[in-house]
Amino acid sequence: MTEVSVAKEDVAATAELVVLKSVNKHFGALHVLQDIDLTIARGEVVVVIGPSGSGKSTLCRTINRLETIDSGSISIDGRPLPHEGKELARLRADVGMVFQSFNLFAHKTVLENVTLGQIKVRKADKKAAEEKARALLDRVGVGSQADKYPAQLSGGQQQRVAIARALAMDPKVMLFDEPTSALDPEMINEVLEVMQQLARDGMTMIVVTHEMGFARSAANRVVFMADGRIVEQAAPDQFFSAPRSDRAKDFLSKILHH
Amino acid sequence: MFDFLEDYDLLGAFWTTVQLALLSAVGSLIWGTLLAGMRVGPVPLMRGFGTAYVNIVRNIPLTVIILFTSLGLYQTLNVSLGADDVETVNFRLAVLGLIAYTSAFVCEALRSGINTVPVGQAEAARAIGLSFGQVLRLVVLPQAFRASVGPLTNVLIALTKNTTVAAAIGVAEAATLMKEMIENEAQLLLISAVIALGFVILTLPTGLILGWVGKKVAVKR
Repeated sequence: MTEVSVAKEDVAATAELVVLKSVNKHFGALHVLQDIDLTIARGEVVVVIGPSGSGKSTLCRTINRLETIDSGSISIDGRPLPHEGKELARLRADVGMVFQSFNLFAHKTVLENVTLGQIKVRKADKKAAEEKARALLDRVGVGSQADKYPAQLSGGQQQRVAIARALAMDPKVMLFDEPTSALDPEMINEVLEVMQQLARDGMTMIVVTHEMGFARSAANRVVFMADGRIVEQAAPDQFFSAPRSDRAKDFLSKILHH
Repeated sequence: MFDFLEDYDLLGAFWTTVQLALLSAVGSLIWGTLLAGMRVGPVPLMRGFGTAYVNIVRNIPLTVIILFTSLGLYQTLNVSLGADDVETVNFRLAVLGLIAYTSAFVCEALRSGINTVPVGQAEAARAIGLSFGQVLRLVVLPQAFRASVGPLTNVLIALTKNTTVAAAIGVAEAATLMKEMIENEAQLLLISAVIALGFVILTLPTGLILGWVGKKVAVKR
């Protein structure tokens, strides 16, 4: 259903990490993704912006197959996205994901949240996993909260734990699905700073966000989506100062002057 | 007034009731969890089986199921569950029947618990590379169980009282004793009251303790 001559792509697998080719998806009558072609290079930070309902989140979720696609192909590191099963689970372990609503495991402590995948998927031993988890929690600035439960943390802290949980799997690429949209304004920056640090460290990132400041400062490329299509993509400077499409001009004029 | 009770093994009969209830509770918790796993799983055949099982079994009167274990399984098909004497055979058949019946309700109680777990929990678990089984075992079911303590308590109390149906195949539990006493003594109200009290003594603390446990283990969101 989804495979369209993927075998030929092996050659270019070095620089291109995530490749989407003519991806289509419908939700019933709604055509949420229309012929999406997108290539993300290793180490690149791509920010996806656009109005609500434009398909940005769906696009992000198709990359680790939390959403299936109707046609087209997606490959990661030269390998096409497998169907359900062990293969897919293995691939997902290599793709970190950060959700809008954090989704920390509510019945596990912060530390257990970060060690679970290492122990159960990577088969790391408990000691090593905890050591790594504590180091990651320190890195995102919530080391002192390790033994608390998610509900005891602020939104910003929870989201940083969620980033640590994803990083614990040593992902090849990180997906951020509106990571700051559910946060109080005062907590947005602490999360963005962690993401900016990640970007500087060379992590490949696909970030769906409404934070234009982050797009300007951290992105290598801005992808603008509207009505299920990629309307425009450009370097952030170019996109924000001189958008080419009318749709992007309209969008920017509505969000930038308040 | 209570003199006649000395001629009967009241404690022994209630001990059998407790054994029936506990063994069936453990069995139906296991089988009910498996059924719930099937009903939320990705395999259509298993989903179909789980749905069919629950809808058939929970709509058959327990008496019919218990009688079937004796008349159908034992007397017709010679299934004796590894026991030699009739008493043990009947006891085991009763446990089997109670498990078969109660697990349908356990499954549904658990499934309602699963529905309280936000979808994001399972998505996050899948996103770090856990398999379907792991997602269920490590993330969804632990939270579902905590949310199901209340409904499961109801099922356990119902099960405890349902053990009286085992009297239909001659298991020497509380209801069997009650029938025997009513036949021999002229103390109808008193006998009923004693048996009723016995059940209340069993189930009331169950409800109170599990109510407390349910609050204690509830997942905070």
